[in-house]
Amino acid sequence: MITLGDYLIVSGILFAIGFAGVMVRRNLIIILMSLELMLNAANLSLVAFSRFRVGPDGLPNYNAQVFVFFVITVAAAEVAVGLAILVALFRIRQTTSVRDISSLKF
Amino acid sequence: MSPFLFWIFALMTLIFGAAVVVNRNPVASALSLVVSFLGLAALFVSLDAYFVGIIQVLVYAGAVMVLFLFIIMLLNLQAEERQRINWLAAAGGVGVALILLIQVVFTIRHFEATRQTLPALSASTIDDVRNIGALLFRNYNLPLQIVGVLVLVATIGVVLLSKREPR
Repeated sequence: MITLGDYLIVSGILFAIGFAGVMVRRNLIIILMSLELMLNAANLSLVAFSRFRVGPDGLPNYNAQVFVFFVITVAAAEVAVGLAILVALFRIRQTTSVRDISSLKF
Repeated sequence: MSPFLFWIFALMTLIFGAAVVVNRNPVASALSLVVSFLGLAALFVSLDAYFVGIIQVLVYAGAVMVLFLFIIMLLNLQAEERQRINWLAAAGGVGVALILLIQVVFTIRHFEATRQTLPALSASTIDDVRNIGALLFRNYNLPLQIVGVLVLVATIGVVLLSKREPR
């Protein structure tokens, strides 16, 4: 049978993959995608906790799912702003590698 | 949901999630991310969270990924040329992630409560849109308004950022 721990371990591995992507990769677009992976790992554990905590009415605890809703909304806004910054940066420097963008002022 | 299906979708999520990080071509990474998100949506559905599963497909696999692919196309990014990989930095990043993962796994194994199996539901979750909506508008109305303002600010910010400066 599937236990709560299985879902949490899948979520933990997904978070670690996203974290490794942010640490290792040098391409800003890939870093943004890895951030999305980390946010989704958190969403998976939230939904798992929601399902494994059944209330007196026999339904899952929906508070966690409302929180997931907020996380998805904020993540979508974050991607839009992040990609707009990336395009503005590309227009000036013609690069998306964080190796070339190491100074705050130029 | 049978354990077989759970492991299929979990492996699909994890393998394509790893492919996002490993691929050198940004387009391949973005497409792997779509498959990973679809597997995650299936896992949400396996947890009887139909609404979250559906907005996962609509918002992530739909809107966000189209945005990513559109930007990759707009910037005309090619696969990174075979530059020398900084093995020290790569090993450091993977090592820190591995330490984090080991910590998470040991913490999960430590608690008795994580060994419980899926508890039975005595009511159907088929109308969870109604339940989430009621909770959202009754208990979480202020956060909802704040998120609305946040999305407005993000919209205006994106328009300002992508406006060309007149020279």
